[in-house]
Amino acid sequence: MSLYLLRRLIQAVGVMAVMSLIVFLGVFAIGDPVDILIAPDADQIERERAIIALGLDKPLWMQYLVFLGNALRGDLGRSFVFNEPALQLIMGRMPATLELALGATIMAIIIGLPLGLYAGLRPNGAISKAILAISILGFSLPTFWVGLMLIMVFAVQLGWLPSTGRGETAMLFGLRWSFLTQDGLAHLIMPATNLALFKISLVIRLTRAGVRETMLMDYVKFARAKGLSPARVTFVHVFKNILIPVVTVVGLELGSTIAFSVVTESVFAWPGMGKLIIDSINVLDRPVIVAYLMTIVLMFITINLIVDLTYSFLDPRVRLESKG
Amino acid sequence: MSLTLEVRDLRTHFFTRAGVVKAVDGVSFTVARGKVLGLVGESGSGKTVTGFSILGMVDEPGRITGGSILFQGRDLATLSEEEMRHLRGNRIAMIFQDPMMTLNPVLRIDTQMIETVQAHEKTSREEARQRSRDALGMVGIASPDERLKSYPHQFSGGMRQRVAIAIALLHRPDLIVADEPTTALDVTIQGQILAEVQKLAANTGTALIWITHDLSVVAGLADDIAVMYAGRVVEHGLVDEVLDRPLHPYTHGLIGSVPSRNKRGEPLRQIPGMTPSMLALPQGCAFRARCPRAADECLVEPELRTILPGRQVRCHRPHL
Repeated sequence: MSLYLLRRLIQAVGVMAVMSLIVFLGVFAIGDPVDILIAPDADQIERERAIIALGLDKPLWMQYLVFLGNALRGDLGRSFVFNEPALQLIMGRMPATLELALGATIMAIIIGLPLGLYAGLRPNGAISKAILAISILGFSLPTFWVGLMLIMVFAVQLGWLPSTGRGETAMLFGLRWSFLTQDGLAHLIMPATNLALFKISLVIRLTRAGVRETMLMDYVKFARAKGLSPARVTFVHVFKNILIPVVTVVGLELGSTIAFSVVTESVFAWPGMGKLIIDSINVLDRPVIVAYLMTIVLMFITINLIVDLTYSFLDPRVRLESKG
Repeated sequence: MSLTLEVRDLRTHFFTRAGVVKAVDGVSFTVARGKVLGLVGESGSGKTVTGFSILGMVDEPGRITGGSILFQGRDLATLSEEEMRHLRGNRIAMIFQDPMMTLNPVLRIDTQMIETVQAHEKTSREEARQRSRDALGMVGIASPDERLKSYPHQFSGGMRQRVAIAIALLHRPDLIVADEPTTALDVTIQGQILAEVQKLAANTGTALIWITHDLSVVAGLADDIAVMYAGRVVEHGLVDEVLDRPLHPYTHGLIGSVPSRNKRGEPLRQIPGMTPSMLALPQGCAFRARCPRAADECLVEPELRTILPGRQVRCHRPHL
């Protein structure tokens, strides 16, 4: 087990290194931050000074090595715009995005799994067909439009929920969280629902497909032939088998929500990482972009590892393979 | 002779979009206590559906539309799902064809056995575990205590089938429906399992329905035989008599098709044609189109009738 973890860790470092190079070169190719950052009416001397101050006078390979050297010491550079450490900037925004993404994912599981299970067990029922039809809406309606509609209905017309911002926050582990206060929670509901719609549909479809497939398996028939109660057959024999694909997809979805919930964050003016990265790309704030993408890569690697570890918990056949 | 099971004119039909499939259409046979009935037929002849009908596990869009299944005097066809559930795995057990698929891959053997014990009896976990261990020992699995903690993928196919049989035996059922349980196994393992099951059935008085397409298995194992064709029993009788002197042309053809009965160097004998589509059965005798003895009278559906003592056949022109 520890050997397995060590191997995964080495792989992770490799992926991070490659990723940093790609991002660094990519951002360099997009354009020169100097043109955007320095006032157009600055004279040549001021320009030179600024370029040296930002470290942009050195050749690219040297800039990369300097970045790498600093990164190893935990310093991912200072933002050109805010003149703050990029990592600190990202960490400041992280809780907002994190609680949004986690909230959406939890909703997807709590709502999606039971509905999918029901639709899978009674594939021909009217309710199942309705669930399925609604899940198609969840897939196909654009996020920004649903977000706007939510604001229209619940904030403007009914006035039940606040439409923008995080509301009151409370400190936990040195970070500011909304879900700990009642006001913050009220602010969280709409954007989280907005993000969750697609995921709920996804989980419904996955669960339903899994249940329908598993119900036909001989081991489910055998479980019934043993005289087990329908509840035991469903929640032990079927459920444990369908969880594997669901865990995979939910894990990846969680990652992509944390990384790319830009649209929802913009609609609800949610001060998360998505908003930060879009702003940074607009002004070519390279340290922030690089640091952000590195953080995201690290997060995906971690989520994948957790998913793989969950597999081995769910499926004994995987357990043996990881040892060998 | 006390009968464990008496199936009378059983009809199980599937209502599909393409039409009604009469998978089982008027099947009758009996199984006595401690006896083995071989239920023989080609793929699609309805033998597996017959098995599932007895267990009350016919899936949608199928259902039992007629006939009776008298199990120790109770008609299973009239029982509710809940009543059936209490019989399943308890008084009537089933063993499936493919041992690689019958055990749940993500649950340990002990989980799968203990839940079976506890589904029908209020026992402690420890007691259920003891029972499971004893059952594993009974079917010839070495060091059952350790094996209980294993997962199915840690067993070979033959061992898995032994586990499945052990699960079927947990409640000492009165009837076991075995659906081609040795077809997927090596011949040597097949022999061991057949011997094992035969011994267990004789010792416990369990009646056995052994569904198979393999006549040689039936010859060695069964007391009685029922031959099915296109959803109907076409011949029923003592296994030795039927195999020595088949009355129905289909049984005749089946026995003739066993390779070892052909002379070396001669082309293998076979029954011409294919089993008819269950959606479009021909009028009259379903075997008519493939039958060498067919005549005009075969356009009328023959009844299953007793033409010799203990011998029933569904044919107008049997081999007499």
